[in-house]
Amino acid sequence: MLNFLVRRTVGAILVIIAVTFIVFVIFIVVPGGDPAQRIAGKNATQQNIVNIRKDWGFDRPFYVQYSKMMQKMFSGELVSYTSQQNVLDQIKLGLPATFSLAIGAGIIWLFFGIVVGVVSAIKAGKLSDRAITVLALIGVSMPVFWLGIVTRYYLAEGGLTTFFPDGEYVAFTSDPLQWFWHLVLPWTVLAVLFIGFYSRVLRGNILDTSNEDYVRTAKAKGLAPNRIMRKHILRLSLIPIITLFGLDFAAVLGGGAILTETVFDLHGVGQYAYESINNFDLPPIMAVTMYAAIFIVVFNVLVDLFYAFLDPRIRPA
Amino acid sequence: MAQQATETEFTLDTAAELAAHEEPEAIRGRSPWYLAWRRLRRNYVAFFFLFVFIVVVVACAFAPVYAKHVAGTGPNTNHILENVKVNGKETPVVSSGGYIDPHTGKLCPTSQSGCKLVASIPIGPTWFGAGGKFVLGADQNGRDIAVRLLYGGRTSLFIGIFSSAICVFFAVILALVAAYYGGWADFTITRFFDVMFAFPVILLGIALGSALAINGFHHFGINIQSGSIWIPTLIISYVLVPYIGRPLRGQVLSLREKEFVEASISQGASPLRVMFIELLPNIASSVIVFFTLIIANNILLETALSFLGAGVQPPTASWGTMIADGQNLIVTRPWLSFAPGLAIIITVVSLNVFGDGLRDALDPRAKVKVSH
Repeated sequence: MLNFLVRRTVGAILVIIAVTFIVFVIFIVVPGGDPAQRIAGKNATQQNIVNIRKDWGFDRPFYVQYSKMMQKMFSGELVSYTSQQNVLDQIKLGLPATFSLAIGAGIIWLFFGIVVGVVSAIKAGKLSDRAITVLALIGVSMPVFWLGIVTRYYLAEGGLTTFFPDGEYVAFTSDPLQWFWHLVLPWTVLAVLFIGFYSRVLRGNILDTSNEDYVRTAKAKGLAPNRIMRKHILRLSLIPIITLFGLDFAAVLGGGAILTETVFDLHGVGQYAYESINNFDLPPIMAVTMYAAIFIVVFNVLVDLFYAFLDPRIRPA
Repeated sequence: MAQQATETEFTLDTAAELAAHEEPEAIRGRSPWYLAWRRLRRNYVAFFFLFVFIVVVVACAFAPVYAKHVAGTGPNTNHILENVKVNGKETPVVSSGGYIDPHTGKLCPTSQSGCKLVASIPIGPTWFGAGGKFVLGADQNGRDIAVRLLYGGRTSLFIGIFSSAICVFFAVILALVAAYYGGWADFTITRFFDVMFAFPVILLGIALGSALAINGFHHFGINIQSGSIWIPTLIISYVLVPYIGRPLRGQVLSLREKEFVEASISQGASPLRVMFIELLPNIASSVIVFFTLIIANNILLETALSFLGAGVQPPTASWGTMIADGQNLIVTRPWLSFAPGLAIIITVVSLNVFGDGLRDALDPRAKVKVSH
């Protein structure tokens, strides 16, 4: 176990180093033109650009540029040259909204994904299964931002009703009830896509597992169908779902729910990145991308350790 | 002694006897492709949705014809200050704004509470009242929504199809090289996939999109100006390579151990020959299914990036930019965002259903899944 832990951690550190290189390449090497000008943003003066060039080492070799970038990223002194705000502070401000969105939506989509998947597998081929398949298909085929705009219009802005609050995030610490109430729509919208996808995957897995010999044995010895489903089929079928969930949940926590955050004005980390795109303000996008990737790598290591703890077969020899 | 079978009695020989009476027919060899086609042919639902997709493609292909002969305007032509005759009545294309009742979308007196101030209100759908002009209404710049919808479809479909083709092309090559050579090649390529998996797809797309939006891409002899639709196309194809490359590599890896590969190598086949003549045809069915399903995925990704401003750059129409444009006017002019949204859903659903049908036909036991 210790061996596995060490190997997994070393691997993760290597991936993180590669991630920082990719961010460096994306933002500084690949785009054409003067990187100083790009980092400086839209309304930069000539003096600003000269300062940035010197500060980031753009007149020096690339390894100096890389180390300067790393210094800025991890010392927490990265500033947006357009708004003069500290990037790390802004990201910290967005974290509660992003985490609230991810955790609530994650619970909803995991729960309903499993319930819908099990129901449609039990009813496979019947009318209810077909209806679920069609709905799931539409769910995965809908642009999440469009669904967000439309639900917000109909349920919050008065298209049908103004029952739900119209966007914005309320801190949990200031008013838990309002926090919940403001997040109901974003949670649901974000969850719809995943419910559609998970239920389809789970349905397929359950149907595959049902054909296994050990399930036939369980049936033959007269176990109740409910018990077979719970104890024998679901246990195996849920493993891929949990893997998927680990990856998707990490992505959403890391700011991947940028569309939902933007549409519902939640002012999370993703929306911070979105606002920076429209100002051609690169440092925040750089920071969000890099922190998200690092976060996901770390999160995946934790999930792997959790697995190894649960299932000894996953531990490599 | 064996009992003589009477005519009414069922014996084990009946089927063979019956067959003997029929015209002797040679057993035909059927290729896997023929068998797949036969399975697909029976799937009417898949065919219906293929037809829907073709209709969408054809409609978008004829966008210039519609623009010229029916609407009489281009996708980026502004008509802010013009009037149009709707059912014989002169109506401004974009009226000056005012206070709008959010419940009905109609003008309301300023004093009334709960009304929203809107800067300018474009004309709503005229349907057939204006001789083909502004059938679905106009946007805030007075541009014809129906024309932009068709041109936007061209952009979105172009990016969806070409990015999928490029993505699948590179994924196949990487998968073949990684699995065939193994060792360092495999190590490098799988680590590259691992690193890419660390980035959420949408964030990586945004990072590249916003970094390349200012000056374009100028490397390896490829020069792409900023604002070109090749930028989102290449970004999307790059971002999704690992999502296809990894499962394909897994497939090639198991094929690599099969006897026919060994036989081919022992006969002196070059690595290129083994990879492209021996191995590639064996993963062709997965590649085709991936290609179909990933077009749907890429159309969604393109609209998302364009919606956020990191994909197709204005004034070029795409379904994503149109939804972004219509977002602020959803209360008064819902069609501005409804029309492109419905277009996306119809296209993506039809591709997904056809892709699923194709998968069932090509390999009934396959577990090819495109991750979202």
